[in-house]
Amino acid sequence: MITKRIIPCLDVRNGRVVKGVNFEGIQDVASPVELAHFYNDSGADELVFYDITASYENRGLFTDALTQVAKEIFIPLTVGGGINTLDDFDRVLKCGADKVSVNSGAIKDPSLIEKAAKKYGDQCVVLSMDVKRVDGKFRIFSKGGRIDTGIDALEWAKNGENSGAGELVVNSIDTDGVKQGFDLEMLQAVSELVSIPVIASGGAGKKEDFLELFKAGCADAGLAASIFHFKELSIADLKKYLNDNNIEMRI
Amino acid sequence: MIAIIDYGCGNLFSLSSSLESLGIECKITSDKAEIEAADKIILPGVGAFADAAKKLKESGLGELVVSLASQGRPILGICLGMQMLFEKSFEYGAHMGLGLIKGYVGPLEGQIPKELKIPHMGWNKLNLAKADPIFKYTDAGDYMYFVHSFYARNCIENTLAFAEYGVAVPAIVKSGSVYGMQFHPEKSGAKGLALLKAFSEI
Repeated sequence: MITKRIIPCLDVRNGRVVKGVNFEGIQDVASPVELAHFYNDSGADELVFYDITASYENRGLFTDALTQVAKEIFIPLTVGGGINTLDDFDRVLKCGADKVSVNSGAIKDPSLIEKAAKKYGDQCVVLSMDVKRVDGKFRIFSKGGRIDTGIDALEWAKNGENSGAGELVVNSIDTDGVKQGFDLEMLQAVSELVSIPVIASGGAGKKEDFLELFKAGCADAGLAASIFHFKELSIADLKKYLNDNNIEMRI
Repeated sequence: MIAIIDYGCGNLFSLSSSLESLGIECKITSDKAEIEAADKIILPGVGAFADAAKKLKESGLGELVVSLASQGRPILGICLGMQMLFEKSFEYGAHMGLGLIKGYVGPLEGQIPKELKIPHMGWNKLNLAKADPIFKYTDAGDYMYFVHSFYARNCIENTLAFAEYGVAVPAIVKSGSVYGMQFHPEKSGAKGLALLKAFSEI
């Protein structure tokens, strides 16, 4: 049977990995290539790179870093950030990405998911969604979590699957950076609705949070950034802990 | 030198990088003379079977692979490239493969319990069915990275390793000098690289 996956996320700005709290207060952390090696060696099942480069001019720094990582790390790589067109898919796939994650690009042009799935296959298209509670409903936010699009998150997830997305990354803005555990209520609602893999993001603070996530059966993978970057939790220890608690892991 | 056949199906960057990281000389090529001169050949592939089969046929590269296989040249098909080695595929219609390994390719859908997701995507364990030099650096239970919705059938005598996913999914197959891997060794970390290294030494 396939294992649950542990996926560190690297937010890359101008060629460096950064991590913010609630999408703000960004601080510099490390070189993407160094961190990718570190995570690969410690047993990460996949790596996600989000390009949060502010200006178009600096985009090259991201693709350089990605190419370097893809040359040296042989586990699946997902790339997101600034993906608005099929040309953007092409650009990052050529640098060695295996999957491409769309977020705001799909909000601007929902046909992007279908077009990309037809061209590159469903397995290549990841729909990433930033979700926040508004008046008791789950809503999709765009622009790095700043703008309420008014779109219902559950409908959005289902439409994404129907259009050909192969996976969903579901990030809870309410729990992101808070380190009090994943947003199980929201993840449960999404995973009951779709049959494609759900990657949970936002809120992991300790290994028990991952155990709770997988025991609840509402995600196929857990994604986190800061607890791994700042070495509060090692992926190797986390995977051993989960495996000891009957969650199958690639050890 | 290992020739990685470029017939317009899939991204070959990771594959060539993984071989280079092992110090194995390789070249991405669609040039017949270069492929013929190579010690070993990798047939990659991502996408739809019908499209890939058509491209192999029209380019004449399929015929070349079949002819080199008959001379005993080591050939490795990866993912869709592995599926191309079989006689037939029933991926959206019926399509002819290269016929180098007996058996056919059919959908996982309808064959596995409903609660299992399709595609079969993620890290799954290898169960070894037969001893083979390809396992020089591999142990039973090593995890490999799979992404596929169709799988090889009626090929039990040619199956070296399988993965459990509701059914026994042939993961490594072999007939003569021709190997196929359903998973992506170039995306399966150190254990995947170990299989590529063993192939290069065959």
